[in-house]
Amino acid sequence: MLLRHTNKEIKPRKALTVNPAKTCQPIGAMYASLGIHNCLPHSHGSQGCCAYHRSALTRHYREPVMAATSSFTEGSSVFGGQANLVQAINTIFTTYEPDIIAVHTTCLSETIGDDVNQIAIKAVKDGKVPDGKHVIHASTPSYVGSHVTGFSNMTKAMAMYFSKSTGTPNGKFNIIPGYVEPSDMAEIKRLVKEMDINPILFPDTSNVLNGPMTGKYKMYPDGGVTAEELTATGDSIGTIALGAMASADAARALDTKWKVPCQVQDLPIGLAATDRFIDALRKAAGVSVPDSITRERGQLLDIITDMHQYFYGKKVALAGDPDHLIPLVEFLLSIDMMPVHIVTGTPGQDFEKRIREMTAHLPYTVNVKAAGDLFQLHQWIKNEPVDLLMANTYGKYMAKDDDIPFVRIGFPILDRVGHSYFPTVCYKGGMRLLEKILDVLLDRLDRDAPEESFELVL
Amino acid sequence: MEPISVLEDRKNQIYRKGQDSFDISCEKKSLAGAVSQRACVFCGSRVVLYPIADALHLIHGPIGCASYTWDIRGALSSGPELHRMSFSTDLSETDIVFGGEKKLEQALVELIAEYEPKAAFVYCTCIVGIIGDDVEAVCKKVAAKTHIPVLPVHSEGFKGTKKDGYKAACDALFKLIDQNRKPEKQIPLSINILGEFNIGGETWIIKEYYRRMGIEVVAVMTGDGRVEEVQSAHRACLNVVQCSGSLTYLAKDMEKAYGIPFIRVSYFGIEDTSDALYDVAAFFEDTPEIMERTKTLVQEEVKTILPELSALRKDLTGKRAAIYVGGAFKAFSLIKALKHLGMAEVLVGSQTGNKDDYALLREMCDPGTVILDDANPLELAKYVMEKDAHLFIGGVKERPIAYKLGIGFCDHNHERKIPLVGFEGMVNFAREVHETVTSPIWDLVPRKSFNRAISKKG
Repeated sequence: MLLRHTNKEIKPRKALTVNPAKTCQPIGAMYASLGIHNCLPHSHGSQGCCAYHRSALTRHYREPVMAATSSFTEGSSVFGGQANLVQAINTIFTTYEPDIIAVHTTCLSETIGDDVNQIAIKAVKDGKVPDGKHVIHASTPSYVGSHVTGFSNMTKAMAMYFSKSTGTPNGKFNIIPGYVEPSDMAEIKRLVKEMDINPILFPDTSNVLNGPMTGKYKMYPDGGVTAEELTATGDSIGTIALGAMASADAARALDTKWKVPCQVQDLPIGLAATDRFIDALRKAAGVSVPDSITRERGQLLDIITDMHQYFYGKKVALAGDPDHLIPLVEFLLSIDMMPVHIVTGTPGQDFEKRIREMTAHLPYTVNVKAAGDLFQLHQWIKNEPVDLLMANTYGKYMAKDDDIPFVRIGFPILDRVGHSYFPTVCYKGGMRLLEKILDVLLDRLDRDAPEESFELVL
Repeated sequence: MEPISVLEDRKNQIYRKGQDSFDISCEKKSLAGAVSQRACVFCGSRVVLYPIADALHLIHGPIGCASYTWDIRGALSSGPELHRMSFSTDLSETDIVFGGEKKLEQALVELIAEYEPKAAFVYCTCIVGIIGDDVEAVCKKVAAKTHIPVLPVHSEGFKGTKKDGYKAACDALFKLIDQNRKPEKQIPLSINILGEFNIGGETWIIKEYYRRMGIEVVAVMTGDGRVEEVQSAHRACLNVVQCSGSLTYLAKDMEKAYGIPFIRVSYFGIEDTSDALYDVAAFFEDTPEIMERTKTLVQEEVKTILPELSALRKDLTGKRAAIYVGGAFKAFSLIKALKHLGMAEVLVGSQTGNKDDYALLREMCDPGTVILDDANPLELAKYVMEKDAHLFIGGVKERPIAYKLGIGFCDHNHERKIPLVGFEGMVNFAREVHETVTSPIWDLVPRKSFNRAISKKG
């Protein structure tokens, strides 16, 4: 029954979202904060926000997720949350001993007008922030943008708070990896290093949310960008922001403040986008591309050529974040697949524009919507069926209802493992994406093949 | 592992049986800045009302509250599944400025026309309490227009703890019963089941017991719930309340309004299940056949499960368990059930226990047991290590902590997939505990294998 609540007839909806394809800012800010070493994220709002974000991140990463909350009460929402936050800062530094507290706001604290910057200054004045420790903060009202906006705001906040310029370039390169998995961050870092470039990657959740099992519980896992590294971002020779929505603001802020030249690239998902990323690195850092990377690229291309007949003309429906979908759609087009329905929950005109430009040459019109929802995507699918669905775990309802081969991408993935360990970015990640796509397409082919044409070799 | 310190302000919320003599402090607001495992008012209301499957559940607020609660709780329905959809007014900045009433009304009207639910619940989130939408008035207006009950749930997150959310949900349920009450006769030999949410099909097991006893179940609140059944709840002779925290408010209201008495029971474990059924049978003492049938039922069921239980017990005897649950009532049942498996509790904690709960816990527990109110992850990790527990019983946020420490885990919260109530539930529980505690994985935990290597050398 659950799956039969989507009807084919599409009526305009003005006042509501059904089956969302996004969530709110604070969780993105919390995720970004976890990518700072020895940092405790702090949610300035009701207890529930923090509990929900921690639970959602825990379900996705299957790792302990630590964060504190201002535990708003009726009193604090009338008189303001200053007392709560000052007390919280004190409690956190004396008990949990992080180096950094990363405060993000919620719809509640934003609406009652708490000035977190002023509160943070007061906490320092009152001696609640020990020497050498830091309180950073980002404004993340839940009623603006989406989880991606929250990630972007906190990423910008960490750059702005820490970055300094000594006037002497340090020869390093800032890489802002965007709202991607810990595995993706590690892969981006690996590739940059492979190019003989010394990166400062921030935020960096690798080794935080994909840590090993050790038999010990570490409140602050080994990974994360350090305060020193963040400070040094002002001396870097350049910044590459991956993903306009999640990373551009931080990169531009460093450019404005310290004249660190920045460029905004798409997330390196698929062949062409990774090519652009590698090329941007090569030019910006004045290095040449090593054979090892050329080999990886060749391997990705090899899989595409080997299997291209299975991609040909397959219709795809997609849901995800704008930064992911733009290069992913480009990738699918480049391997001869047909993206037909594309939805992101995150609002923003640019997304629809980019997708329209990218698909303008196609002999059909692509359905694309920003600030859309999964209900709408399902309705589109009902009207024009697809051969493949790529979405987060919530896509499984549609996949089951309409019997569609399904590849899980994005956030959250609540029912499979792998995403935090194996990347989907860069050339290796491209290979993994193709493997996942081929697995479901070929499983379907096998499943539906009549016995006489059930083939051993595909 | 380094010793973990405990917050000074929390010392009165941690009690060691046999060592400490003070009364455990509880029902306190969480300390601002603590990494609490607690949730909010909205969360409490949402989990209580969610299983009513033919009602519309509309979340009035920014998207997050809807996203984080979309179908994460496996409350099964034997029929309609409207409750598994996610509906949100998805408030944006302009709504915060100009109010969300119009949007709410439009959303309700659209949804009710589309899905023809039997009733609608409108959940107020933090922001709604702050911007001052008159949700009550909108609900009244829409109810008059659509001729179904439209009930506001006053679950603004900051207005208290999860418990206050239970109360807000009970208020809405009571309204649903009372508003639509027609002068109908009491149904003889009938009960309502309260505080049972059909996780993994548990309601069905309990209902079947009552059917065999010759007792009619008028309404379950809210497992596999239907609006019409809830509306008939005033016709039952007795309210049987499980999960003391959540639905006792409703039972008290119904006692006052309709003179329906209530008893508190638990269906977890052999003793508690038998006691529950016997207590209900004893209530209908004028019909002695019921007690006869109950005795037979209990005998048959216990006989069926005992062989497997004793087999599993062999491997579990002497193993130590840590328990951290929402309501303390669940902890009582768990302690008894663990004793049945030959296991001892070494840590027991709850998010929302009250003075009486903790007094009873103190009586039940073995000497040396640590009793915790509103614990944080560090405390949980500290005592699990100190007491060298083999098993952790908790919810989603505790699972990865247990695994990181290298001990078994059993979900006794809403993410459990198998029914744990009744006699067959006891076997399921025993199997689950056995499966995780005796897993060979734990021998591979670095901490333990290192110790083993040392002790072998010695």
